[in-house]
Amino acid sequence: MFWFLRRGFASLIMLWVIVTLVFMSIHFVPGDPVELLLSQDGGSADPATVQMIREDLGLNRPIVEQYVEKLKGLASFDLGRSMVDDSSVSAEIARRLPRTLELIALAALISLVIGIPAGIYAALHTGRAFDRAASYLAGFAQGIPVFVLGTLLILVFSQMLKLTSAGGFVAFSQAPGKHIGLLLMPSLSIGIGLAAIVFRITRASTLEVLPLDYVRTARAKGLGDRRIVLHHILRNALIPVITIFALQIGSLLGGTVLVEYVFNWPGLSGMLVSGVNARDYPTVTGVILVISALFIGLNFLVDVLYGLTDPRVRK
Amino acid sequence: MNGAFLKFTPRQIPAYLLALLLVVSLLAPLLPLQDPLKMDTAARFAGPSGAHLFGQDEFGRDILVRLIFAIRNSLIVAFAAAILAGVIGTALGVLAGYSRGLTEMLAMRFIDIVLCFPPLLLAMLAVTLYGPGPVTLIPVLAIVFVPSFTRVAHASVLSVRSQDYVEAVRSMGASNARVMFSTILPNIAGPLIVQFSFTVAVTVVLESGLSFLGLGVLPPAPSLGLMIGTGRATLAQAPMLLVWPCAALTAMILILNAFCDDLRDRLDPKSSKIRGQ
Repeated sequence: MFWFLRRGFASLIMLWVIVTLVFMSIHFVPGDPVELLLSQDGGSADPATVQMIREDLGLNRPIVEQYVEKLKGLASFDLGRSMVDDSSVSAEIARRLPRTLELIALAALISLVIGIPAGIYAALHTGRAFDRAASYLAGFAQGIPVFVLGTLLILVFSQMLKLTSAGGFVAFSQAPGKHIGLLLMPSLSIGIGLAAIVFRITRASTLEVLPLDYVRTARAKGLGDRRIVLHHILRNALIPVITIFALQIGSLLGGTVLVEYVFNWPGLSGMLVSGVNARDYPTVTGVILVISALFIGLNFLVDVLYGLTDPRVRK
Repeated sequence: MNGAFLKFTPRQIPAYLLALLLVVSLLAPLLPLQDPLKMDTAARFAGPSGAHLFGQDEFGRDILVRLIFAIRNSLIVAFAAAILAGVIGTALGVLAGYSRGLTEMLAMRFIDIVLCFPPLLLAMLAVTLYGPGPVTLIPVLAIVFVPSFTRVAHASVLSVRSQDYVEAVRSMGASNARVMFSTILPNIAGPLIVQFSFTVAVTVVLESGLSFLGLGVLPPAPSLGLMIGTGRATLAQAPMLLVWPCAALTAMILILNAFCDDLRDRLDPKSSKIRGQ
């Protein structure tokens, strides 16, 4: 229990550091941040507008006061208002977050369903055709950037074969089938690269477990192959897979940004990209804070899972 | 050991391909190529011809020349960022590992903070504040990869610092700076070189992603990510406009990855066990 609390506390500290850093980032900019934010068209900004935005963002007040204000806002899930249309950033994020989460969930599922069985099969038949072919394919899948894979999927499946539309979004409540169909290609783009990593780690850790005594004992007891693989090999080989999977979460979240953009999936990334283009500071920091919190939260979850499967971690 | 580097094996193919990429991109401005920005609107979307082997793009610019210059830009950004990250990260790691105490604590906490952010997001935050373009791109990509160099350098210094030869140099009265940079640094170079090659490979991917979103290399400068981004608009008319940069980017990344794997196996023999060989 103590282990669990300590890990949770560490996550909270990390979250606080990120909030502080993102808050500070606008003050690190040399010169006047507001003028810089407004100067995208090359011309110098209107002084009255600069003054107004400075007051909107609270930049005219003492820095400590701004910081306290920011933390208070966060405690009530208030991330400020968009500089473009004055809408609530938190409300927009709440609307888009589930779409990003379902994309990540399906991508993770695809990668595990492909990666783990393939990894175990390859490890049990090392050097055979399947093992060699899968290893080359994994190297390729790991190398190809997610947005290239997504773009090529569109080219082949929607442009050449006309099987699906090139992207877009339909609410699940309106047309469940179409919703899943549109979700499939973006999830595959992320899932394939991830499957390659899961495959490699599963294969390597299975190979490490195979020659161990308890596997030999299980075999000597006369257990069937199926039971040995499922109960003796898989359970022990999966621990490193969980660890590496957790380390991949960061790049997974980065990957969703690109893939959502490729497929016009209206998740957090569309908001982030248009925010960056419009130099909409509250929107960008809001989305970044939420994704970072997600990153920390998922890592915490994986650590807890890890502690539950392996008691040695709980020291 | 030295002989092994000279003998040709199939595993050296990535190294030769990488060398070819580097030479062509370094010499690109000197080669008898067309201007990658020269437009020829009469020949928009023209197919392959003798003068333009890969055809022409939506402004009639030569695709092959643009690909070569895009690879050049990619590698310039990647190497610049990796060198910057390598110098800062290594200095920080060596300092932390050698002096221990407060310096070590501060340096290692600093990199923990940077590691909290997914790399792409950190880059996007910087672009919001400073605006897109190479002047933002290189320092930002460098900051993203400082922590990995610091970690590698720190861990290597810890394993080396109490060795007899370090003790010997110190007892002869060498200064701390001399011990750190002329005694310890050459002895931990192996893992750092491996880290450098990985950083170049990952930076190429990250830069292309940012440019694809329109937040990295700015048009009209050629960049693979940007070419893929703009090629999407003309998907139906000219699919090859999309296929070429996709193929070039993927090939470049695969070459870099294969080279990194090979380099790691040579310079860091411990890690090859993990790969089950």
